[in-house]
Amino acid sequence: MAKSNKPIFWSLFAAGGTLAAFLAPVLVLLFLLVALGRAPDLFSYAQAHAFAAHWLGKLFLLAVITLFLWHAAHRLRVTAHDFGLRQDAIVAVLVYLAAAAGTVMSVVLLLRI
Amino acid sequence: MSRRPFVREVSKTRWYFKHPRYLRYMSREITCIFIGAFALLLLCAVLHLSRGQAAWESFLAALQGPWSALGLLVILAFALHNTTSWFNVTPKAMPVQIGEDFLPGKFIVAAHYLAWILASVLVLYFAGVR
Repeated sequence: MAKSNKPIFWSLFAAGGTLAAFLAPVLVLLFLLVALGRAPDLFSYAQAHAFAAHWLGKLFLLAVITLFLWHAAHRLRVTAHDFGLRQDAIVAVLVYLAAAAGTVMSVVLLLRI
Repeated sequence: MSRRPFVREVSKTRWYFKHPRYLRYMSREITCIFIGAFALLLLCAVLHLSRGQAAWESFLAALQGPWSALGLLVILAFALHNTTSWFNVTPKAMPVQIGEDFLPGKFIVAAHYLAWILASVLVLYFAGVR
């Protein structure tokens, strides 16, 4: 049977898309409230820090950030083709590298909190 | 083989303007740009949070204002578009079979919307939005 790395990236895309479908609107809404000067209680330094310091909070942030990134990366690769960019190998390397860099960064930063 | 084969001209970069259906497809695809941008904003938030209180508060201050509100509103619109388009294809992505029959798609879609509302309310409650 032919081997392909497609299932790995596709499952990350699907997982990220599902998580984004459920959580992205409400999370964006929280940041919109901050922009409007009505920051929710969670955004006070004490509460935000306590949330990110707890292992459950870290896990939540890690899952949201990395899965959103991998979802966006894979879909961006396909969409680049639809916009007429036909260098798929280069596009794939670029978007997946960016997502991988974001994943490493979020792990390192979350472990520092 | 005809000596002058018919070649349909299809623009590689503007084909999706040919039919509203193609435009709707592209509108779903480009939601990923905004989901990705929001992931970067979250990463930026975590970066500032890891640098202490002063950095966190300057991050929040920089986030305030009409332009970032407008940007977040656009991200919110595309995030909602991702949500509705994602849920509306769930009956095709994971059909539920009961014996010989399939559960009508509207129940699968409705269950997703219900869970979505519940999750959103939970997040708002947890974040202390009143």
